[in-house]
Amino acid sequence: MKDAILRLDGVHTHIGQYHILHGIDLVVPRGQLTMLLGRNGAGKTTTLRTIMGLWQASKGHVHFDGRDITKLSTPDIAQAGIAYVPENMGIFADLTVRENMILAARNGEIDPKRLKWIFGLFPALEKFWSLAAGTLSGGQKQMLAIARAIVEPRELLLIDEPTKGLAPAIIMNMIQAFRELKSTGATILLVEQNFMAARLLGDSVAVMDDGRVVHRGAMAELAEDTTLQQKLLGLSMDAHQ
Amino acid sequence: MTAVAATTETVSLPKVKTDWLPALLVPILAVAALPLVGSFSTWVTLTVAALAMGMMIFLMASGLTLVFGLMDVLNFGHGVFISFGAYVSLMVLGPLAGWVESPNIWLNIGVLLACIVVAMLVTGALGYAFERVVIRPVYGQHLKQILITMGGMIVAEQMIHVIWGASPIPLRLPEGLRGAIVVGEAAMEKYRVIAVVLGLLVFGLMHLLLNRTKIGLLIRAGVENAEMVEALGYRIRRLFVGVFIAGSALAGLGGVLWAFYRQTLTAGMGMEVNVLIFIVIIIGGLGSIGGCFVGALLVALVANYTGFLAPKLALGSSILLMVLILLWRPQGLYPVAKR
Repeated sequence: MKDAILRLDGVHTHIGQYHILHGIDLVVPRGQLTMLLGRNGAGKTTTLRTIMGLWQASKGHVHFDGRDITKLSTPDIAQAGIAYVPENMGIFADLTVRENMILAARNGEIDPKRLKWIFGLFPALEKFWSLAAGTLSGGQKQMLAIARAIVEPRELLLIDEPTKGLAPAIIMNMIQAFRELKSTGATILLVEQNFMAARLLGDSVAVMDDGRVVHRGAMAELAEDTTLQQKLLGLSMDAHQ
Repeated sequence: MTAVAATTETVSLPKVKTDWLPALLVPILAVAALPLVGSFSTWVTLTVAALAMGMMIFLMASGLTLVFGLMDVLNFGHGVFISFGAYVSLMVLGPLAGWVESPNIWLNIGVLLACIVVAMLVTGALGYAFERVVIRPVYGQHLKQILITMGGMIVAEQMIHVIWGASPIPLRLPEGLRGAIVVGEAAMEKYRVIAVVLGLLVFGLMHLLLNRTKIGLLIRAGVENAEMVEALGYRIRRLFVGVFIAGSALAGLGGVLWAFYRQTLTAGMGMEVNVLIFIVIIIGGLGSIGGCFVGALLVALVANYTGFLAPKLALGSSILLMVLILLWRPQGLYPVAKR
């Protein structure tokens, strides 16, 4: 197994009086796309938010690239090299596409070669470069959210349900873009409800239930084992295609 | 290379909708008032007075709307900076009394600018202390914010009484800024014209800052989604402290202009104008600088025209305007996207 860029050891998270994560153990290998699957309310989004420091872990440790980031603030975690695309995309609707991208570039300037590559992945962004992000369609906003996360090379991308609410044609194109991204060696932790996308993209997988990781392994193994899918997810992947 | 493009979603170019209607309300209101006022010269005088008042309210309110937009902080003590800004000008007017009475217009403008600079420095520093001592312990707790910031304002008022005394202090405009410019039959007070110019200048600078600089981008983004700005690696708390200091300094600037406008200093002047400021930022849309600007002008125009046409209604005119605007647009004229 490749070395782990991210490791969660016994992470608990409380939100107010609610105990959401009950001792998460998770490993994200470097250079791979790891899928985080689970039913609604399993704790997937909370896991990503805890990694980003948006909610503090009440117990346990988060190690990133060998460094304990459990108690770091969100800006420090972002500066350490983790990019985050939240479920609601986090687009600044009143800012233009260009301004959204510039904010994600640390020194305020975007490398022209990288921008060209991003435009190759998501041509709509070039077309709507000077328009307010709020005027974009749902799919285009998702493209912008992902483009913003990759505007500069990052060690790890955390992406929360990028295909949610998108039309099937857009989902297929999004999957192609992720494949392209994977080919650059990017490390990605992807929360997904769309099992077809999970099967096509995932190298490894972690399945969550009730705030715990209940399965870890290769994505290909889970994709082949319909009994395990039934047990872990309640439905077989084939039923979702 | 793979492209995420081959869908109907990217075919049509979305149209950017610029919402001009709220901004157009200002000229529409002014023109509509002309036949009601009757005399053109009186209308000009009233309109210039209203624009001056609107600019001053905008200066005082702009910081508060950003503070609320950026950090969800309800600062009911914002009037502290207005009162202090006004009283601090006494520290300048004393030593520069000769400049105040000088017939040289440049010395007169110089003393006004000196008052403004000193007031902004003092209220900016006061804002820094206020944020650390009063605001910081109550982040995210609206009820406590209201109580503690109102308490802070009461304490500050008493401090003014201790330092400068409880009696109202008359304030004389510098010699060259007194009187009016007469164009045709319309008289426009010189000081009000200067207030309009200063207000427009500050609005222009704020517009440039917010739209042409990275720090402005961060402020606009932070008003919309502070959490995402942090997730991009920026420390929103530091940005907030900076905005709070700038907002306090702007309130200090507004306080100086407001004091010369009223020509009297009272410790309660900040608290009195606080209500008007809250009306303006609610009308404009919480967190919106453009909305704050339009809201301030509308409130001032309505107050001045109503004061002339139906003086008994003048006191309630701002409230009435707010009710009408909120019935039309419940989020204010220019709501910020997240709200």
